[in-house]
Amino acid sequence: MAALEFGRELDAQLQLGTNVFRRRTARMSTEVQQLDRVVIRIAGDSGDGMQLTGDRFTQETANFGNDLSTQPNFPAEIRAPAGTLAGVSSFQLHFADHDILTPGDRPDVLVAMNPAALKANLGDLAKGATIIVDTRDFTERALARIGWTSDPITDGTLENFTVHALDLTQLTLDSLAGSGLSRKDAGRSKNMYALGLLSWMYSRPTEGTLAFLREKFAKKPEIAEANITAFRAGWNYGETTEAFGVSYEVKPAPLPAGEYRNIAGNLALAYGLIAGAQRAGLPLFLGAYPITPASDILHELSKHKRFGVRTFQAEDEIAGVGAALGAAFGGALGVTSSSGPGIALKAETIGLAVSLELPLVIVDVQRGGPSTGLPTKTEQSDLLQAMYGRNGEAPVPVIAPQSPGDCFDAALEAIRIATVYRTPVFLLSDGYIANGSEPWKIPEVGSLQDLSVSFLTEPNGEPGPDGTVTEFLPYLRDPDTLARPWAVPGTPGLEHRLGGIEKADKTGHISYDPDNHEFMVRTRQAKVDGIIVPDLVVDDASGDAKVLVLGWGSTYGPIGAAVRRARRAGYSIAQAHLRHLNPFPKNLGQVLASYDKVVIPEMNLGQLALLIRARYLVDAISLTQVRGMPFRAADLADMLQGVLTSDD
Amino acid sequence: MTDTVHGSPNGSGSASLGLKAKDFKTDQEVRWCPGCGDYAILAAVQGFMPELNIARENVVFLSGIGCSSRFPYYMNTYGMHSIHGRAPAIATGLSTSRPDLKVFVVTGDGDALSIGGNHLIHALRRNVNLTILLFNNRIYGLTKGQYSPTSEQGKITKSTPMGSVDNPFNPVSLALGAEATFVARTLDSDRKHLTSVLRAATAHQGTSLVEIYQNCNIFNDGAFDLLKDADTRGDWIIGLNHGAEIRFGNDNSKAVIRDPATGALSVAEGVAEGDPRVVTHDAHTEDPSYAFALSRLSQPDTRLSPMGVFRDVTRPSYDQLLNNQLDKAKAQAPGDEDALQALLRGKDAWSVH
Repeated sequence: MAALEFGRELDAQLQLGTNVFRRRTARMSTEVQQLDRVVIRIAGDSGDGMQLTGDRFTQETANFGNDLSTQPNFPAEIRAPAGTLAGVSSFQLHFADHDILTPGDRPDVLVAMNPAALKANLGDLAKGATIIVDTRDFTERALARIGWTSDPITDGTLENFTVHALDLTQLTLDSLAGSGLSRKDAGRSKNMYALGLLSWMYSRPTEGTLAFLREKFAKKPEIAEANITAFRAGWNYGETTEAFGVSYEVKPAPLPAGEYRNIAGNLALAYGLIAGAQRAGLPLFLGAYPITPASDILHELSKHKRFGVRTFQAEDEIAGVGAALGAAFGGALGVTSSSGPGIALKAETIGLAVSLELPLVIVDVQRGGPSTGLPTKTEQSDLLQAMYGRNGEAPVPVIAPQSPGDCFDAALEAIRIATVYRTPVFLLSDGYIANGSEPWKIPEVGSLQDLSVSFLTEPNGEPGPDGTVTEFLPYLRDPDTLARPWAVPGTPGLEHRLGGIEKADKTGHISYDPDNHEFMVRTRQAKVDGIIVPDLVVDDASGDAKVLVLGWGSTYGPIGAAVRRARRAGYSIAQAHLRHLNPFPKNLGQVLASYDKVVIPEMNLGQLALLIRARYLVDAISLTQVRGMPFRAADLADMLQGVLTSDD
Repeated sequence: MTDTVHGSPNGSGSASLGLKAKDFKTDQEVRWCPGCGDYAILAAVQGFMPELNIARENVVFLSGIGCSSRFPYYMNTYGMHSIHGRAPAIATGLSTSRPDLKVFVVTGDGDALSIGGNHLIHALRRNVNLTILLFNNRIYGLTKGQYSPTSEQGKITKSTPMGSVDNPFNPVSLALGAEATFVARTLDSDRKHLTSVLRAATAHQGTSLVEIYQNCNIFNDGAFDLLKDADTRGDWIIGLNHGAEIRFGNDNSKAVIRDPATGALSVAEGVAEGDPRVVTHDAHTEDPSYAFALSRLSQPDTRLSPMGVFRDVTRPSYDQLLNNQLDKAKAQAPGDEDALQALLRGKDAWSVH
């Protein structure tokens, strides 16, 4: 939960290591066990509706009041061949009766809809995990296709797990006998059968799912009814058969009072842009080209025209940012959203925005690189691209959200910096938090920061002989922020020309003067360096830590979880997380100097570490991973422990 | 701010603002080479602006990179000298979010047709409210004389010592291929014709593309002399006037005729008066293949140059269609603070006490 402060050690008393802590509460016909947390993964073919099933289970879990964190994982191919490892799509949900920080390292429960889904996920499971597997496709041929020479259900492969091998497809078909649906259509409801069974196992409410199905299939009532029947049949299977002797309860988590919803990062980011534009009093203009994993921002914003949001699906990435900059010239809040390959194409226009000193928000939902890389997988490897990926001295402020819900606040902050300082701003999200979700405390719109912007409406030059001011100086700067005026077309008397050629101080005319260029380059840098950002807050619970873990962006959750583990194991360790990567918080140097060792975990090969070393001459220890997946808390805890116990 | 202002920027019909050509001149020294065709175009545009009768603050000139792209610095309106090839994209964002403005794009053959070709064709197909002035001198001037995408095959330049092997674009054909709603061609030195084309182009809703043959007296001098010389121009300029027969030649004996069997257009000489095969120009022809066929009269003999408005048809502009959607959405449910709060709350919120 991003909303909670660092160092909240609520789970320390509740959780023993990584094992699920179980407490028997009652003996009834079915035993109900209390769990403090569970990690579930649902996996199947990419056309099996796994993401939908996961979303529904998540929503019921949110409604029930658990804290939660989710992680979808899907292939870049839309419909890879059925039954292949390449086509496996999965959805992981971690839910708990206390605040949690990540979607969980290893699933306690796997629902596998076919042999490929079992094989692809088996290696990730926790010891003693429960596996619910649809046996329908466990034919010799299907098994051979994924390299299994014998049936893993019977050959001992799964002997360390609790296995429920069911023909989910047949059970679903049986439940829909007489529905009049074809076998093919009826079989498509097997994800709802599985969801019903899971809902029973974990005592989830069901009303929301039933209402959801009725609404989703309002135009096809027979399909709605089939899904509801399958869902109920799954629930009843758990309730009535003896196959499942135990069901579980995970009590609601004591979140701070307030109104909550579950939200994914891209949605929170889109909402943050809408809310920020409204608080700024500016019409929002998004110029974007479709790209994974950023397209959802374009999709979402295109739905909200009533808020004055214009979305422009451009012919390419360059036109996306160009149109956003053109809109900014006209007085709109210009935004472009993309991922690494698209950002590379936008570089020249971002440089122009630096030169024109116009507000612009550039959203980079990072993915694995280089080149096309891993479109659907996460990485943090665009930090240096955002910092330096332009010709010339072209400083751009960079900020990063730390969790799905935090994307909302980060969008507001990006808008603040862009409009106050008249500058392009990078917002570095990534695939992990873009698609992952968590409970989010819904903000009061009226209490959000006032971001109102004023355009210049009168000339600002020196008074003439008669005392009137007629001259407009487009590059006359505010002495505090060094921002230049935003004078938009339509304002009489402020007609002016801007361009990418070096401009003379104040007048903005073309200038090739060496002294002027030196002055302008240093002034643009000074403007960005002088942006006021909040001080870095350090969580040093014991106050005697010698080691600081410094992170940025989406590693917040895994680092936080790893730090908790280290502390539970008796170590003192401090944690700090950067939202502002450029400029860094003013107190960062002092913070770094206060610790013997600084450890920087990143999903790249050490990009923040490079900046920290260069800027502060600190011998930072870089812990890196580029697997397209977030750090596992346990792995990171091991790495931290290595640093904590090392004498070097 | 202005997202509810959908008024047409066209000032015609309203009271005269009393503007003069000099009101559109800036204090900046014009830095084109002496003798450059750009001077004539600048003078013609500045001379035409008072007639357009739009307040200077509501006019924006946007450009890319190249000699022609310095143009905005010399127009006392709002302006932006952007980056190579991208002006149509930047202008699309501006025009779409500020339909109250009159937006011009000034570009050249390299800027518009080479590095910026993609943005040009997409602006044309969308029909964004833009007047695009494409200065075609068939050479790269600012980079000192390399061949451009409109240079003739075989041209010897700094980068093609044995002659260019590229087949050139015909900008009018290209624009018509993108189904541009307004396409015209004119000549830098013919101020009267240039002004009449500007008049038609600025009156058009949507994208208007005006190709202006422009002489680069340093790197490609005389490229259009055949069209300028009083002795030759009558033989090579095919004047296009809406509603008039397409006849040319010093005694009007040449004409564009249509083959009754195939519908193909060609140039014929010695065509008698009243010959039913002579084409009467209709710029409002919906099917772009007519205007395209006119543009192809320059092939294979590229000296033949149809000049004037090839095509001028009515289609809703991109700006108008998008802003209509915004109006419709707002009319259905206003996007006020309550609406935003409801959006953030969503359908599945829960309370923790």
